[in-house]
Amino acid sequence: MHLSLPALALACTGLIGLALGLIFFYAPTDGDQGFSQRIFYFHVPIALTSYVCFGWGAWKALRYLRKRDERADLESYVAIHQGVMFGALTLVTGSIWAKASWGVWWSWSENQLVLFLVLFLFYCAYFMLRFSVEPGPARANMCAVYALFGVVLIPVSFLAIRLSQKFIHPVVFNAHGPQMTGSQFFVFCVSLAGVLALFATLYQVELAGKRLDAHVRELRELLT
Amino acid sequence: MIGGGYAADVGALARKDLLLELRAKETLPSMLLFVIAALTIFHFALPHGTSHAAALGLLWAALIFTALLGLTRAFVAEREQGMFDALVLAPCDRSAIWLGKALAVLAFLVAAEVVALPAFAAFFSGLDGRTVAAVALADVGIATVGTLFGAMAVAGRARELLLPLLFLPMAIPIVVGGVGGYLWFLALYDAIFAVLSWAAFEYVVSET
Repeated sequence: MHLSLPALALACTGLIGLALGLIFFYAPTDGDQGFSQRIFYFHVPIALTSYVCFGWGAWKALRYLRKRDERADLESYVAIHQGVMFGALTLVTGSIWAKASWGVWWSWSENQLVLFLVLFLFYCAYFMLRFSVEPGPARANMCAVYALFGVVLIPVSFLAIRLSQKFIHPVVFNAHGPQMTGSQFFVFCVSLAGVLALFATLYQVELAGKRLDAHVRELRELLT
Repeated sequence: MIGGGYAADVGALARKDLLLELRAKETLPSMLLFVIAALTIFHFALPHGTSHAAALGLLWAALIFTALLGLTRAFVAEREQGMFDALVLAPCDRSAIWLGKALAVLAFLVAAEVVALPAFAAFFSGLDGRTVAAVALADVGIATVGTLFGAMAVAGRARELLLPLLFLPMAIPIVVGGVGGYLWFLALYDAIFAVLSWAAFEYVVSET
């Protein structure tokens, strides 16, 4: 985890570039959905990365509650912020894919999309909570508790949405492992690594910015 | 603080809220009026000869919003009169504050529904036992999660605005379980979030 930021950014650029090349020139065209299926190599890694962000945010929240480490509060916030951005991207790419394959922008029977809508609503309220409470330990506590509720809400909501709907979303992973050919799975893994590296880079950038911001504030307080 | 002492603390705290309500009569009458008014609006919003399923869906919407009305009021007295600090300083386990409040909220919800469900049955197409059981289970979930989030929301500047934003995404699984009549799912939801809220409340009210 102690890669320097430029190295991380370089790795991210390389991986995303490689993934783009593989997606457009190497991955086989899907027999069923044609060219538009290639968005899958971005849509699904972005969705998975967004779960990783929320999970990471909750992990940091738990660390804050146990260790009272102030840095963990900021890290949790930044991870959830990234998660909401990747979540918004998931909604957008999912909508584009739904339009291309089913002819509609939104499909309530597409479980992942609905789940992301619920999570998006839940985590947007996180920012409302965070920015309406005065900064301090009380706020950090509440935000940490809310972040922990979020990761518990993910499986509960997923179950609820599955209960409520017919199941027409293409299931790529099931109990028998990935339903992809070897070359598809390879491209998917490269793309997933690229998006995860993007998350790691953006996370470090935002964290560095926020820390600098806090530091400048402290200095200004000292000067005035 | 576990055992008899804990139960006594919870009982005293819940009794305090119920007594306050009996004397001031602020929350429950407004919840009752709200739910009846909402059901009346739904009667006019639904086209003539609507199916039972559509009416049942609106019943759930009415119940969630009525609960929200009660939850918004739940911690207002504590915050406005500075009673929160006294409660947190009191020599009792902090989760007892949550449990007492959740029991009081549950009592308000049940009282509102004792009126709302027969009204729904009379206005629309009747009720079955499964829906009543689902409403009872949903009340537990609403009271547990809602009390915790209510305590969070009163700390913010825009408290009445904040609670619906925090609570409604959490209520989506309750509505799914309620409309579908999945009692096991509602019981699962109650168990998971009751334990989580019970464990987390201490952090929500502590200032350090």
